[in-house]
Amino acid sequence: MSTLVLLTLTGLGLGALYFLIASGLSLIFGLMDVLNFAHGALVTAGAYAAWRLTGHLPFAVAIAAAIATGAALAALIETVLIRPLYSRPKDQILVTVGLGLALPALVQGIWGADARQLQAPKQLAGTVSLLGARVPTDRFVLIAAAIVVLAALKLFLSRTRYGLVVRAGVEDRAMVTALGIDVRKAFTLVFAIGGALAGLAGALGGVYFGSVSPDQGTSLLVFGFVVVVIGGMGRTDGVALAAAAVGLIQQFTNYYAASGLGDFAAVAILAVVLLARGNRDGVRRLIRRAA
Amino acid sequence: MILELDDVHVTLGGSHILQGVSFSVAPIGVTALLGRNGVGKTTTVKAILGLVRRTGRIDFGGDPVHRLRTHEIVRRGIGYAPEDRCVFAKLTVTENLALAERRGSAHAYDLVYELFPELKARSAQAVGTLSGGQQQMVAIARTLLNDNRLIVVDEPTKGLAPKVVTEVAEVLERAAERVPMLLVEQNLALVRRLAGDGVVLAAGQVVHRGPVRELLADAALTRELLGVGQARGESVTPPTRPAPSGGSIHPLAIVKDRQPPDEVSPPESTRSDAP
Ligand SMILES: Nc1ncnc2c1ncn2[C@@H]1O[C@H](COP(=O)(O)OP(=O)(O)OP(=O)(O)O)[C@@H](O)[C@H]1O
Ligand SMILES: [Mg+2]
Repeated sequence: MSTLVLLTLTGLGLGALYFLIASGLSLIFGLMDVLNFAHGALVTAGAYAAWRLTGHLPFAVAIAAAIATGAALAALIETVLIRPLYSRPKDQILVTVGLGLALPALVQGIWGADARQLQAPKQLAGTVSLLGARVPTDRFVLIAAAIVVLAALKLFLSRTRYGLVVRAGVEDRAMVTALGIDVRKAFTLVFAIGGALAGLAGALGGVYFGSVSPDQGTSLLVFGFVVVVIGGMGRTDGVALAAAAVGLIQQFTNYYAASGLGDFAAVAILAVVLLARGNRDGVRRLIRRAA
Repeated sequence: MILELDDVHVTLGGSHILQGVSFSVAPIGVTALLGRNGVGKTTTVKAILGLVRRTGRIDFGGDPVHRLRTHEIVRRGIGYAPEDRCVFAKLTVTENLALAERRGSAHAYDLVYELFPELKARSAQAVGTLSGGQQQMVAIARTLLNDNRLIVVDEPTKGLAPKVVTEVAEVLERAAERVPMLLVEQNLALVRRLAGDGVVLAAGQVVHRGPVRELLADAALTRELLGVGQARGESVTPPTRPAPSGGSIHPLAIVKDRQPPDEVSPPESTRSDAP
């Protein structure tokens, strides 16, 4: 029982991390059709910002700095590099891939290739007893952060004018401009939101893994994409569910099957979901026959 | 002139679609933009709004706008109801209208809900679940919500049932009393009822300009320029049989049987049978 509780909460914690990354990716793709391969670099940037400040300033400040770093970098990337290329999607992908490689290389150049230990503050370093299991506190912090972010995103999308512009832009960008709305402002804002969440993921990921390294963001980004594809582009609820599912399956597979098989399981689910989606009728028929 | 196009060219996917279009839109009443299928009417409208790359000069309200971006052009006071309506299917009626609200303009919800009481009743419904006619009402309502100096309406009756066409016609007639309109429309009865001036395109160029009445009174010219008769199996000459009076007749019939156009029966007569 205690193992089950620990695995579930650890899986959900990992899922929370994936959600923070995937929700931004999904919004950016939904509105702008941009596959942002630089998103992992923003996670790394957030992680290093938090690592640099931890121990010098209160941890809350370190987290805020990670969020600000991610948001500012994302807004800069959008306005300077992505914006001139909206009519050239292939070049746009190349630019984001290039940034996704260059930024971690820059981090490595400055702080080295080795993982740097991130000393979480005492309040986060301990464990909490729950149903007989001793669960690390940071799991709860991650899950809580993801829930708060999910709620905030939903409020932003449903209650604000910018949220309305984003939802309409996901459907038909050109018509939004034909209503007299400068949709580019919404683009920059969505990029900045995505970057802020990536920065937060970087900082909390540093706590979760106990260290930061230049490639951390890029490894997480792979699962971010898996989650986005399963959950649906531009669908925040779907992404949240998919993130939780992928995190849980990864943890359980790693524990009960073999360590390392969890990553394989995540990709296997992706394949199954894609095949099922492409062959919905076939699957329905199969289910009917089996029943 | 509220809108003037001078030598506007558009190239799409390697083909030269608009080849020097020049015409102007009067500051009152309805100007019809006519032509057979595929001559470039929608492309002309998109060129005005900056939704396609174009060269040439476009003046709106006396100021050049061809260097501005779409949202800047629209903010100068253009309401646009596109050919495929382009309403936001996943948003509610209220949200579709709220999105259309422009800053610096009054928002004429009273007018919109007076013209489209159905939209008020269905305000919380997703627009994608409305009927085609109701979706067109949303598209037109968006153009009437703001203080516009011109509204541009591209084939508002396309794919609608005859009774709905009559309703749309009535609304456009009301709208035209308030604001000048550039109307693309294939339904000649409706054009005759609403439009003063007409501009006819063929192969990406303007081939005729002048009062719509004169054009439509000339059956041979109408057939030559608009291809009616062959294309739609319709005749613009009065048929011998008188039109039935009832709610279900095709709106074209209303006019076809009664020339000159001033004698078009008001749409109320066809709507009175509606429940
Ligand atoms: N993106 C595009 N690439 C290439 N050709 C295009 C493109 N869009 C439109 N065209 C072509 O441009 C021509 C004019 O199209 P347009 O939609 O302006 O015609 P239209 O007069 O509005 O026709 P309809 O009466 O059918 O609405 C057509 O021959 C069409 O095939
Ligand atoms: Mg058209």
